[in-house]
Amino acid sequence: MWIYEKKLQYPVRVSKCDPMMAKFLREQYGGADGELSAALRYFNQRYSIPDKVIGLLTDIGTEELAHLEMIATMIFKLTKDADVEQLKASGLGAHYAAHDRALQYKDASGVPWTAAYIQAKGDPLADLYEDIAAEEKARATYQWLIDLTDDVDLQDGLKFLREREIVHSMRFREAVEIIKADREQKKIF
Amino acid sequence: MTDPNDSAERPTPQGMPPGGGDEAYRRQLEEIQKVDFALVELNLYLDTHPTDLQALRQFNQLAQRRQQLCYAFEMTYGPLMHFGHSFSRFPWQWPDTPWPWQV
Repeated sequence: MWIYEKKLQYPVRVSKCDPMMAKFLREQYGGADGELSAALRYFNQRYSIPDKVIGLLTDIGTEELAHLEMIATMIFKLTKDADVEQLKASGLGAHYAAHDRALQYKDASGVPWTAAYIQAKGDPLADLYEDIAAEEKARATYQWLIDLTDDVDLQDGLKFLREREIVHSMRFREAVEIIKADREQKKIF
Repeated sequence: MTDPNDSAERPTPQGMPPGGGDEAYRRQLEEIQKVDFALVELNLYLDTHPTDLQALRQFNQLAQRRQQLCYAFEMTYGPLMHFGHSFSRFPWQWPDTPWPWQV
């Protein structure tokens, strides 16, 4: 069961209409290492991971959904006042032809999201290393996105998200140690 | 405790609550967001450090503070959560704007 809260995890502000930046931000919306992939990856891995790590996967997966909503809010705010000419000039003409200003789970290049992005090997350490890598890739993407804009309000939200990836990566690294220690203990007794 | 069904104090019957999305709304929401940020951080930390008593105390303290802040916010602006985790006045307030991306 999940419960929705009618608020963002962190305030999202943008200081200008910028459909091209919205197009780039889709990398974190429907991209391979985006927030949708992250949430679904962690939820899905819960069923084959040791009990001690299920809580962490549940909590980080849930936070990723909150991040997905923040990215959607950024895209919405950056495109809502754009006219057709601006959308065309920013490379969103084809998107407009099919979807107007509706959001789509696609990456920055327009490639649709696919379940092939979700890795689950059933081996706890392999899956956790996958998760650590995913967090590090997402962190790098946030850095590139921050570099792509001069909008300080937008940068503020993106910096928050970049920091969260670092924290998630740290927690997953600790989870690796918890599983290793657990295995050692089982060998001894 | 006031009756959550009592609509007498509710200034506007429909649509955006009084001041919904304005400066005071955002300020009050931000107070909740600050406490929630600490709670998310402590929660994830406790997931991998379950025997840190100091962190656990801080978590429980802030969880109580969160309840107070949300109750005060919801009395003015309506429910933050659905499915019975928040109360509603009459008429049903859940569909009222602003939604998070409209703030």
